[in-house]
Amino acid sequence: MASNTHDAGHGAADAAHGSSGMPQLDFSTYGNQIFWLLVTLVVIYLILSRVALPRIAAILNERTGTITNDLAAAEDLKAKAVEAENAYNKALADARAEAQRIAAETRAEIQKDVDDAIAKADADIAAKAAESEAAIAEIKAGALESIKAVATDTAGALVEALGGKDDAEAVQAAVSKRMEG
Amino acid sequence: MGKIFFYVALALVLVSGLVFAPEHAGLAIHPMDQFQVKPLFGGDHVGMFTVTNVTLWMLLAIVAIFALLVLGSSRRAIIPSRAQSVAELAYGFIYKMVEDVAGKDAVKFFPYIMTLFMFIVTANFLGLIPMSFTTTSHFAVTGVLAVVVFVAITVTGFVLHGAKFLALFWVSSAPLALRPILAVIEVISYFVRPVSLCIRLAGNIMAGHAVLKVFAGFAGALGFASFLPISAITAFYALEVLVAFIQAYVFTILTCVYLKDALHPSH
Repeated sequence: MASNTHDAGHGAADAAHGSSGMPQLDFSTYGNQIFWLLVTLVVIYLILSRVALPRIAAILNERTGTITNDLAAAEDLKAKAVEAENAYNKALADARAEAQRIAAETRAEIQKDVDDAIAKADADIAAKAAESEAAIAEIKAGALESIKAVATDTAGALVEALGGKDDAEAVQAAVSKRMEG
Repeated sequence: MGKIFFYVALALVLVSGLVFAPEHAGLAIHPMDQFQVKPLFGGDHVGMFTVTNVTLWMLLAIVAIFALLVLGSSRRAIIPSRAQSVAELAYGFIYKMVEDVAGKDAVKFFPYIMTLFMFIVTANFLGLIPMSFTTTSHFAVTGVLAVVVFVAITVTGFVLHGAKFLALFWVSSAPLALRPILAVIEVISYFVRPVSLCIRLAGNIMAGHAVLKVFAGFAGALGFASFLPISAITAFYALEVLVAFIQAYVFTILTCVYLKDALHPSH
């Protein structure tokens, strides 16, 4: 279709210019083309050198700066993270040591209390034992006395029953002698 | 979806071929008509200051460059938008090229080289729009670009190094007997540079567009079988997109190479 429209105007245009096929070699248009080319180049150069290139250079620089800053910040944060981890580990170790210390202390305290209690109990037991022993000794002594009295009485009664005369002193002496033996 | 679209387009092409084919009695292909410089506002005379299709498409190139590099970067975002990343990409691409090829001290020429590249690449791509006019397909345009580069580099060389700039042509590493011969060859190759720059760019662009037009003419004349040249146009168009960029790239990198010669003339 493109060639269609061109075809229509071709004959007339060809006749008017009398060109021999290659419009590139039609020198009558050179001045026009060169003039507009130079104008175009100057305009493009002004656009580029005044506005576009400085702006793009600034953008690229800014981006490089931003990336460098971001990398530095990331490095910083990484160091901080490592630091925080170390601090955390240290705190954990400290806490563990503290806990162990407290446990040992408590254990020692309890041990001391237990020891105290045991000692006290031992003393109590010893006191009670001594007391009991005294009581037992007393009771034993009392019992001996009673036995002596009973034995004396019994001996006296036996002597009387056998027709003897109750000689208290002799009986007592005899009982004492027997009981010691 | 794409497949359906393709088949619909193919069917349309075939139908239109059947309907319109009788109008084209024979092959009427004028591949060079697209390059004609015409006044925009009537008249036949093309004077120096006449507003022509050249003016229009160069203006569009300026608008496109402005839109991409100025409007695209207007938000100055740290995280760029699409247009801004393309602008940054173009900037970085040419800046690195100047720095790598021509050396660190060539960076002060970067705006000029960027101007060259942006103009050529934009004009090439605008020329790929159907029905458009390709300014870089004209020897007048590429010739001026090449001459500007040639003159600027020669002047830079002589301003910076004076007569020592001529050492560029005196190959001191070659045997003494060979040096005069080499000097002649070097001088010739130096003066061929602008010619090759000019012809390479305009020739590539013109040839590609002419081929496209020839195929388009076939498509108009073949009627029912026109899908063949149309698929050929599609494939060739992809190649032309590549060429549009590569020719701009080649022109720019050669400029950088020549600039390096001007800054450091000794071999």
